[in-house]
Amino acid sequence: MKVGVIDYGVGNLGSVIRALEELRVSPILINRAIDLHIADCLILPGVGNFSDCIQILDSNDWSSALRDEVIGYERPLLGVCLGMQLLASASMEGVDGNQQEGISGLGFIPGKVVHLRSLGCTQRVPHVGWNSIKSCNSDHLFRNIPDGTDFYFVHSYAFVPEDSKNLLATTEYDVQVSAAVRSGHVWGTQFHPEKSSRAGFQLLRNFIDGEGC
Amino acid sequence: MLKVRIIPTLLWKQFGLVKGVSFDSWRRVGPVLPAIKVYNQREVDELVLFDILAHKSEDELDYESIDEFGQDCFVPLTVGGGITSIYQVQQLLRAGADKVSVNTSLYTKPELVTEIAKRHGSQCVIASVDVRPDPGKGWQCFSHAGMTPTGRDVCSWAKELEDRGAGEILITSIDLDGTMRGYDLKLIEAVVNAVDIPVIASGGAGTYQHMVDAVTKAGASAVAAASIFHFTEQTPAGAKEALAAAGVPVRMPYVTPVTD
Repeated sequence: MKVGVIDYGVGNLGSVIRALEELRVSPILINRAIDLHIADCLILPGVGNFSDCIQILDSNDWSSALRDEVIGYERPLLGVCLGMQLLASASMEGVDGNQQEGISGLGFIPGKVVHLRSLGCTQRVPHVGWNSIKSCNSDHLFRNIPDGTDFYFVHSYAFVPEDSKNLLATTEYDVQVSAAVRSGHVWGTQFHPEKSSRAGFQLLRNFIDGEGC
Repeated sequence: MLKVRIIPTLLWKQFGLVKGVSFDSWRRVGPVLPAIKVYNQREVDELVLFDILAHKSEDELDYESIDEFGQDCFVPLTVGGGITSIYQVQQLLRAGADKVSVNTSLYTKPELVTEIAKRHGSQCVIASVDVRPDPGKGWQCFSHAGMTPTGRDVCSWAKELEDRGAGEILITSIDLDGTMRGYDLKLIEAVVNAVDIPVIASGGAGTYQHMVDAVTKAGASAVAAASIFHFTEQTPAGAKEALAAAGVPVRMPYVTPVTD
């Protein structure tokens, strides 16, 4: 069982590694794109800014190597927070109003990342804290995690999937916000499982067990 | 529904945790690591850890200690004290911090907030603001652990920090801190009205009712507290019960369902 944590220079890597160690999984920190294939499944963390992160991914061969692994070899992937948003087709973060298309993402799950305000949210942004989730369908990622379980969110932008069948769970913050998405063997959570205490451990365990990695 | 967070604040000085009154008369309250372990086991919502001497030191921040403290922390950990550069933020995040709190350096280098927000996102940076009443005017901000008046008014400063990219404001009343006489509700309300980002109330909590008031009367998104947890029998779990009884949404710990 080899869980690879993608280290591309951003993100709270320390926290992700520790959560996996707590689950008695030995994570492998992957800091070169060519090493991606070593892992049985991959976690893409991320905090920060979409355009900076995608630039780093694109300029260091990460993006193409990730496509090879995820599309070519069907390597299971879990994107966390910004890591989930990077899975989208495009993001409007850091894009001025005139550009309709936004900045391209990895494109593993069709959808767009937009600011909470443009979804109509009138509450304080960023959305920070513990919020309860509601599953849209039964997925093994949420095995033993009932609706109403709180996870730790901290974000200003949200993933809007093109097709609602890719939506796994939602949370309410004035408006409905995507909490988790899935397309095939690619998952993403807007919340931070590594910082969501026992509920987060359960979710990480579900990801790892479900994929036999 | 988003829950109101209860955040124990841990003040760290050299080898252990301390707590003072009005940023002075520090009392030792014990070692850091066991405190973090206990709070983690009890599933507190979040933890804030300040190195209260770091701003005085010429040395690099103590990343090794942060790394050690983070080992047993599976709830969000914010680390503050002496941060002056983006490089330090990067190192802290690698060591196990999830967010950083910046304060003193912002009065001379406010663009640091923007730099952190641009690289790591606004959600990663809590701007911490320490204030004292400024008679007839409102409240004045103080830097260097409450020692140095800055001439800045709290509302305009909080707004500037928000505009520059801060994700949250942690507002502390220096005079009430450690007194357990209650938060400065007027101060918190003024800051809550000045910004559109979450505001964490700090300084003065002595009873659960003080926390209820900070949320229901002053509009705080979260309450930070230290003395009440160090020196009384009151606990974060007890605070949650009191907040829930007052109709404030709080997070209850996750329990693994018995059946699959």
